[in-house]
Amino acid sequence: MVTTSLAADPYNMIITGVGGQGNVLASRIVGNALSDKGFHITIGETFGASQRGGSVMSHLRISTTSVLSPQIPKGKAHMVVALEPTEALRVLHQYGNRNTKMIMNTRPIYSVGVICGEYQYPAMEDVKRWGDQLTSASWLIDATDEAVKMGNAILGNVILIGALAAVGDFPLDKASFQDVITRTMPANKVDINLTAFEKGMEMVQQHAA
Amino acid sequence: MSIIGKAKEGERHLLMGNDAIARGIIEAGASVAAGYPGTPSSEIIENLAKAAKERNIYVEWSVNEKVAMEVAAAASFAGLRTVAVMKQVGVNVASDFMLHLSETGTRGGMILISCEDPGALSSGNEGESRPFAKLFEVPLLEPGDFQEAKDMTRWAFELSEKVRNLVMIRSVTRLSHASGNVTLGPLPDVVPHARFKFRGDEMDPDEGPVVTFPVAYRHTLMQTKLAQAVALFEDCPFNRYEGPEQPEVLIVTSSACYLYTKEAVDLLDVQDRVGVLKMGTTWPLPPKYMEKHLAKSKIIFTVEEVLPFMEDNVKILAAGLAERIGFKRFHGRGDGTLPAVNELNPDLVAAGLARILEMEYTAADPEYARLSEESAISGAPQRDLAFCAGCPHRASFWSLHNALEIDGREGFVCGDIGCYALGSRPTGFSVSKTGHAMGSGTGVASGFGKLGRFGMTQPVVSVCGDSTFFHAAMPALVNAVHTQSEMTMVVMDNSGTAMTGFQPHPGLTADAAGEEVPALDISDIARAMGANVDVADPFDLDTTQRKLLALLSKGGVNVLILKQACALSPEKKGKKLYNVTLDPAICLGENCGCNKLCTRVFKCPGLKWDSETKTAHIDELTCSGCGVCASICPSGAITKKEAV
Repeated sequence: MVTTSLAADPYNMIITGVGGQGNVLASRIVGNALSDKGFHITIGETFGASQRGGSVMSHLRISTTSVLSPQIPKGKAHMVVALEPTEALRVLHQYGNRNTKMIMNTRPIYSVGVICGEYQYPAMEDVKRWGDQLTSASWLIDATDEAVKMGNAILGNVILIGALAAVGDFPLDKASFQDVITRTMPANKVDINLTAFEKGMEMVQQHAA
Repeated sequence: MSIIGKAKEGERHLLMGNDAIARGIIEAGASVAAGYPGTPSSEIIENLAKAAKERNIYVEWSVNEKVAMEVAAAASFAGLRTVAVMKQVGVNVASDFMLHLSETGTRGGMILISCEDPGALSSGNEGESRPFAKLFEVPLLEPGDFQEAKDMTRWAFELSEKVRNLVMIRSVTRLSHASGNVTLGPLPDVVPHARFKFRGDEMDPDEGPVVTFPVAYRHTLMQTKLAQAVALFEDCPFNRYEGPEQPEVLIVTSSACYLYTKEAVDLLDVQDRVGVLKMGTTWPLPPKYMEKHLAKSKIIFTVEEVLPFMEDNVKILAAGLAERIGFKRFHGRGDGTLPAVNELNPDLVAAGLARILEMEYTAADPEYARLSEESAISGAPQRDLAFCAGCPHRASFWSLHNALEIDGREGFVCGDIGCYALGSRPTGFSVSKTGHAMGSGTGVASGFGKLGRFGMTQPVVSVCGDSTFFHAAMPALVNAVHTQSEMTMVVMDNSGTAMTGFQPHPGLTADAAGEEVPALDISDIARAMGANVDVADPFDLDTTQRKLLALLSKGGVNVLILKQACALSPEKKGKKLYNVTLDPAICLGENCGCNKLCTRVFKCPGLKWDSETKTAHIDELTCSGCGVCASICPSGAITKKEAV
């Protein structure tokens, strides 16, 4: 039986980004850590052709009672975790509401439409302003920059998982994260991922301070 | 490490639908599994391949889906449990054999798993294969959640052995690629022994030859088997009713739509007004069970993806039962209560149900929707599908585009299925002008190449990938050579079935389980067929364009193999061939006559246009170091140095 509480039951979270950023892995890690604690987890993933530079989304639903639809109903997300800024805006429009919280990586990934000048990538001030208007709380984090400092941009996803743990809407902690990555990752990757997780936690804590 | 083949009975795991199906296959003690890669089905065979050694399963990636089903059927004929796995379009390929298989019947339990893609999230169509179950008179099952995906798969083998015919399981992207908690069953101890018995009488189902004659007898047998399946479906734990005794609306649903329906009923808070009949056995529908539940309500709402398959069958049943259950009003995809195309979701089901119940329903807060519209429109520029940074296909299409333009006779490309289907889009410079099924590019080109007698002067080129070459393009090439067509086939050989995750194919030296196997050489095959064959590296733009241009006016059937591994392939990923740099002092930016050739036209995600300095830049994080852009920059601002 689950003894720990959720900020909402079911708790609906969307992890979004661009193909290749480790979106799917992030949802699996969080899902497995919470499944280990006895929660019912349902994850719906949109990938496939989207792995080639397209928008990707994982819908992660945490419940104490049952399996749920792998697609979250419109306007019903409690949390949006975005590996890419404009993907956050895309997801909020469909799944956000005034009480949605958001953790956003600030590193843009330009689509070919932007690269070739067909579309304009928004200014970061606008992204911040929209983020404030559309969420009840938001954490904008330079996760990719930190990940590059650690030696690999892909660690951005784990930094965001650390940030998510620090927000504390559900019982995700370092120990449960460590259990999952020890089980699922090669031994030589565990330490760097733990460091990234801690960095993410720290970044949210500093944000609040 | 694969938990699917090792985890013990009673353990609870968060599994993807495809993992759960693979576990069900292992729990059933299947000995043979064959498939062809295709999203969203590929992880099933991949999982089984990981468990192949420890569970003593023969697993293969077959050359195409028809052969996969034939390979799997052989095991059934020899008394083993066996499975064929494919995506929806694969069933079309396998369908010729499938009809004949249904006529001969099976021995060891045999199932077909079709993973389908409502909404075409990663397909060129949203076709479905459920009608094949009806067409070929085989039982059809559709799991409604992750636990069922495992349990139903296991049960399907028993069902197949009871009725002695193929059993079809249909999954969808939102189950196959979604995850949920699954409690595992026991791993069996099976010591399979294969022997094909054929010395019995022609009519002997256990020991006679496995042939479709005499046809009338076999067809009658098919229908008897189906009737046996229906009898079992009348009392089957995968069908259940949830709701009040006399609901205002009875929803009949299956598959992932069952989860959307439950959510929709909760969203509208109408649990006391609506009943949900969740069907796991969707063809044939068990008539007595259906009668009991259809009698509950005057309004029947069928929720399914994509075609109104179950809806039509419910209507047929209800028409026959009308004297006993009364006349019904039907809603579903047929009458516009649900959209006729695309995948469903909880909101679409809720909206449809609300209309039937004459309730108000808006998915999200309209004020929030208005507020978020500006940011979604101007803040989230569209992400069109594009070739990855360093993709050899971009370089190949660049050369194709240039060669066709220089040739100047309005030549064009016939494409088909694979990442290179993007040849019809901007990152493939829109050179592909036809695009259909696996291998169709070459078949269609073979046809165009015969139209010279009617005045057609345009040169025609087909493109196909290395896996597609073996899958379906070989017969088309044979046809082109034999009919003396005029065409050039470009094989974009990126060393694997790249789009679906680098599954091996007959051109490679490792099989599904990683064992060494002989590779078949595409150029040897094409040469043996009588084509004029050449090979080039697509990253060498000059040579590739020169060769292409020569082939366009050469006549006959030409094959050019453009060989370069996919940028995401395990051997290349994360490793750069070159360190590519751009000297902003040399880049003339907007003053260069090139009009931003590198970013505006070449469109590699590794390049950026800096709107402040008005010059191009290399995005270090995205650039994969193929070095091709160094060859296209007219002012020589981009340089490449071999990476160490």
